Amino acid sequence: MSVGKRFWESLPAPIREDDTVLIAVLLALVAAAYFAIGGLQAFLAGSTVVNAAAQTLQSILFLSAVYGMLALALNLHWGYTGLFNIGVAGFMAVGVYAMSILAGDPGGLPPGLGLPVPIAIVGGVIAAAIVGGIAALPALQLDADYFAIVTVGFSEMIRLTLQADTFSGTVTNPDASGYNVVNLLGFSFGTGGGRGINTPLNSPFNFLFEGPLSAVGETLISAGESIGVTAPVVESAAYTTFILLVMLTSYYLLVQRVGNSPFGRVLKAIREDELVAQSLGKDTRIFKIKVFMLGSAMMGLAGILWQGTRGFVNPNTFRPLITFYVFTALIVGGAGSNTGSVVGGAVFAGLLLEGPRRLAGLINAIAEATFGGLPSPNTSWAALTSFDPAAYLGYIVANIPNLKFVFLGVVLVYLMQNRSQGLLGYRKEIASSVDLSERPGKPGEPGAAAAPDGGSNSGGDGDE
Amino acid sequence: MSESDSGADAAPVEANVPDDVDVDTDDVEPESTDSAAEEDAKEVPRGLPLRVQNLRKTFGGITAVDDTSFEVEEGSLTGLIGPNGAGKSTTFNCITGVHEPDGGTVLFNGRDITGMRPHEIATQGLVRTFQIARELEEMTVLENLMLAPQGQQGEKLTYAVTPGLRGSVRHDEESIREDVWEMLEFFEIDHLAQEYAGNLSGGQRKLLEMARALMTDPEVLLLDEPFAGVNPTLEEKLLERIHELREQGYTFLLVEHDMDLIMEHCEHIIVMHQGQVLAEGTAADIRSNERVIEAYLGEDV
Repeated sequence: MSVGKRFWESLPAPIREDDTVLIAVLLALVAAAYFAIGGLQAFLAGSTVVNAAAQTLQSILFLSAVYGMLALALNLHWGYTGLFNIGVAGFMAVGVYAMSILAGDPGGLPPGLGLPVPIAIVGGVIAAAIVGGIAALPALQLDADYFAIVTVGFSEMIRLTLQADTFSGTVTNPDASGYNVVNLLGFSFGTGGGRGINTPLNSPFNFLFEGPLSAVGETLISAGESIGVTAPVVESAAYTTFILLVMLTSYYLLVQRVGNSPFGRVLKAIREDELVAQSLGKDTRIFKIKVFMLGSAMMGLAGILWQGTRGFVNPNTFRPLITFYVFTALIVGGAGSNTGSVVGGAVFAGLLLEGPRRLAGLINAIAEATFGGLPSPNTSWAALTSFDPAAYLGYIVANIPNLKFVFLGVVLVYLMQNRSQGLLGYRKEIASSVDLSERPGKPGEPGAAAAPDGGSNSGGDGDE
Repeated sequence: MSESDSGADAAPVEANVPDDVDVDTDDVEPESTDSAAEEDAKEVPRGLPLRVQNLRKTFGGITAVDDTSFEVEEGSLTGLIGPNGAGKSTTFNCITGVHEPDGGTVLFNGRDITGMRPHEIATQGLVRTFQIARELEEMTVLENLMLAPQGQQGEKLTYAVTPGLRGSVRHDEESIREDVWEMLEFFEIDHLAQEYAGNLSGGQRKLLEMARALMTDPEVLLLDEPFAGVNPTLEEKLLERIHELREQGYTFLLVEHDMDLIMEHCEHIIVMHQGQVLAEGTAADIRSNERVIEAYLGEDV
């Protein structure tokens, strides 16, 4: 990895040394690239450039942020504690569905409990935490690999339960033969089954644009329209800004605090050698359950803020593929590093997930504009036997949604072989609330001798 | 087992006088009362923090520890020796809760700790090290030691996270940090403080492990072959530390292969053979014990 190392060395010092700057620069780069791609594509297609560019920009930042949040939550489980949780999608599903059921219209189809949305969100997070606590119980007995199987099984159980007709609440007449509303302590509700369920948050930042705060919204919209950005894009952008600046930042600070504390130290000890932690008097069971509940709650909330804001979800949203994506983001960024998690989220969303599609779209647009579009052979055989480079390119561009996975696989294999610790996984993130390297008691002896990586991010996040 | 406590010397003589009974109950030696010795065993005479009674552990058809009983005196350096497969490590694991014994009791400061979980036993002040040093590789030496102190507030999630409470956690950590640096200096590994534990040499790991165990502020330390794979210079250094700590009041139980080392440094020696205690006593006793010579010394030395 000398190329990567040289690239890293060539970066300006502030980027290498300050995590906030690193994340900000990376996000800015991703944003700039997508802004340019979106704008160029729109320009070539002859539509409004600014609006398209803004739309592309906000969508990629949104994806980067939610994957960053999920990777941070998973980092608590896997990076810190070594709990191999491949049930991320399941905990997201619990959060989203619990919220949707709690807030759903009691007379709707499926019926809900009709609670206010903020309470429903809290309820969804608590539900995810409780389910996480239950899922963690096997972790007390099982070793890493076996626990992983339990979590993926758990996640699929959740998804299939949500899909089952039995609880779907689509037949609300008690006399009907297929009556399937769940009755719990006098409250009746359903999951929607395979038909899916409406989420109450289809436009989470509505309050800025209607109601008492609408003046703020109107200002934003008119500001947007003056530079050519339409109202829906402004609304999405407002929400993306919230996710990025408030939620991702809070997640980062929370995990940072959890990690850089005696609590985080025990988590790391459990990851390294659980028997040692026990032999030093730590009741590792309590720590495992606590951290699993916290991480699951964070996954549930991330699910609510992401999938729960699309107006509608169905169980297929929560296939294990999402878990795999989150793992990829964390592996790319570097498990065990919080900055790495956020970086991984941005790199994964920007480069691996959306990159190929955007690039294909851009190539298509360029081709359309310059020579009337690429030929698109129907089968790989037709493409192969055409002996026409343009047809090759056309075939690849047309099949990019599938080829994306090949690309993803190649990147993962390369990373595992050449940089298994991820982009930032090598750095020392010391688990303590104070800077251990300094020793105020003895002046002139800050044992800063051995920090070979230079990246000794020694924990102390300046708080009161 | 002689009771060295001066007050206890006179007690057995007057034990028959009714007036003195309630005064002396605490000091009565179990040996002086023939009947119900098992009952009285709960009442530990001062000076015997760790008592192992009729310990038994089988793995499948193999009886690894077979009816083993011994005591460790307060402030002593007790050696546990025996040939390979004698059941030393299994005894250790049964005492520290890694294995659950099939029979017998382990008493620590008079409390029955048999079958307790490892962390509960450690919390009571009975802390062990491992035969093959188990350092936490991807944690620095400092982190390794910072982990050990008991009852850290910041180990509660709420304290670690909540803004107001985190201040007190930081305050705690600052004082622990100072203790850790002192411990590092005591073991002369302060120059390695920032190093990942996984980068340490075998001997340094042994030092780290003992330092870490000491950071829990234990009463009794169980050291499982602390000198295995340690070079003679470092071994000397380790022994020096152990003697120094013993003078400070720590109690050590030491499993070791090296006969000469044990003979030279331990005041009380327990010899195990095929899961049973073959002999115990001072170095001179052991040297002259024919069964030991036959079973162990005769073959190996």
